[in-house]
Amino acid sequence: MSVKQKIIGINGDEAAAYALKQCKVDLLSAYPITPQTIIVEKFSEYVANGEVETEFVTVESEHSAMSVCIGGAAAGGRVCTATASAGLALMHEMVFVAASHRLPIVMTVANRALSGPINIHPDHSDSMAERDSSWIQLYAENPQEVYDTVIQAFKIAEDPTVQLPCMVMFDGFIVSHTLQNVSVLPDNIVDKFVGRRRIPKINVMGREIEYKLDVKNPLTMGPLALFDYYFEHKRQQEEAIRNAKQVICEINDEFAKISGRKYGDGLLQPYGHEDAELAIICLGSTAGTARTVVDEYRTKGIKVKVIRLKAFRPFPASELKNALKNLKLVAVLDRSGGYGAIGGPVFNEIRSILYDCKERPRIVNYIYGLGGRDVTPKLIKKVYEDLEDILKTGKVEENVKFLGVR
Amino acid sequence: MSEKQVKPGWKSIPIGGVCWKSSEEYSTGDWRSNRPILDSDKCTNCLICYIYCPDSCISWDGEKITINYDYCKGCGICATECPVTAIEMVKE
Repeated sequence: MSVKQKIIGINGDEAAAYALKQCKVDLLSAYPITPQTIIVEKFSEYVANGEVETEFVTVESEHSAMSVCIGGAAAGGRVCTATASAGLALMHEMVFVAASHRLPIVMTVANRALSGPINIHPDHSDSMAERDSSWIQLYAENPQEVYDTVIQAFKIAEDPTVQLPCMVMFDGFIVSHTLQNVSVLPDNIVDKFVGRRRIPKINVMGREIEYKLDVKNPLTMGPLALFDYYFEHKRQQEEAIRNAKQVICEINDEFAKISGRKYGDGLLQPYGHEDAELAIICLGSTAGTARTVVDEYRTKGIKVKVIRLKAFRPFPASELKNALKNLKLVAVLDRSGGYGAIGGPVFNEIRSILYDCKERPRIVNYIYGLGGRDVTPKLIKKVYEDLEDILKTGKVEENVKFLGVR
Repeated sequence: MSEKQVKPGWKSIPIGGVCWKSSEEYSTGDWRSNRPILDSDKCTNCLICYIYCPDSCISWDGEKITINYDYCKGCGICATECPVTAIEMVKE
């Protein structure tokens, strides 16, 4: 049974900050960047008011912010940061170092387009550029889900079978700056749910010690590993992120028990008619817009579906295969380009998994919403109309289309 | 140099690329493609090689010098600097 919750009017950034406060992070280091800034502003208020015991480290760049986080997590702390767009790009080198050091850092990313032209509005080009960093990547749809996902993120990242950092993404402005009534759990319930950070034991020179920097049990982190060992470490990372899939599902269920809120199986959130032949797959806030269109179609007796992909890394391949098996046509909506590739990154992954399926839907791609180009119900309807045409004629004119471009 | 050992696989090494054994156990000598061979008849024990070796692989026990092939990477500085050409670089 879920516990009694308080409802407060906050935006996505504030929801992230509130969750970070309740997770009792030991260290936060970040550099301000729109549209993430409110997270750190709000958190600095908690620090100034003495509401948290967090070490708040201001830095001169995001590269340093992530470096500080790596140091803090290596010392055994629960650590977080927040960024967006160019800030995430500037972190890029250290993003990989954090993951390869197997440090369960949580990073909230208010998705924003990468320059150029310079733009502050949402698309997924920033986080998609980090998709092969071996960070867990979870896309939240609204402020409520940001709050819920940040809390879950620590538990997923710190799981003994995972031990990888986790990014929580949400669309800049659309989610980061939009107020919603957010149900928040009592502090003690979150504290009990997340617990303290568990540090794995490792065997170093014949001794079982905690994997953290400790003068009493010295160890060397981040040494050289050339052709003789680098590959083995990377294989370990792959195993860890595969393990994360089951952990995400379990924690989604566990969180539902205390909060009453559940996001599909934790990886995918399908919505619409069970017997639908047509579906849209998308990430983030667009799913909400698509759902209103699905509802409108339902009243007209047209069976369509929207599947929101919450977890992009690890990629829920088997779950998606299952979700897509009875569909005839699927449109994948990508809010980032795949310049020189055949479509966007989500399309590529999904088309790849369908190759193994005997019976598979036809699949088309729409690149949309770049640089914050508005995504209206009308635009989503255009996609369903296209799908209906393809179903009727059996012809696909273009596999990859640009939706809403002039 | 020590015999080649079978290196452990990804399931048996600690996470995070942490150093799980002493650097003494890491035989960097297997990077070597040229091996320095000392001709002790020619050697005058001047110890110039001992001073120049960047990896401290040449040791002096008060009577003779020895080369530690576990860590010698075969840079050849000793052979170049030896004033009596007592050290020859031989392909491994």
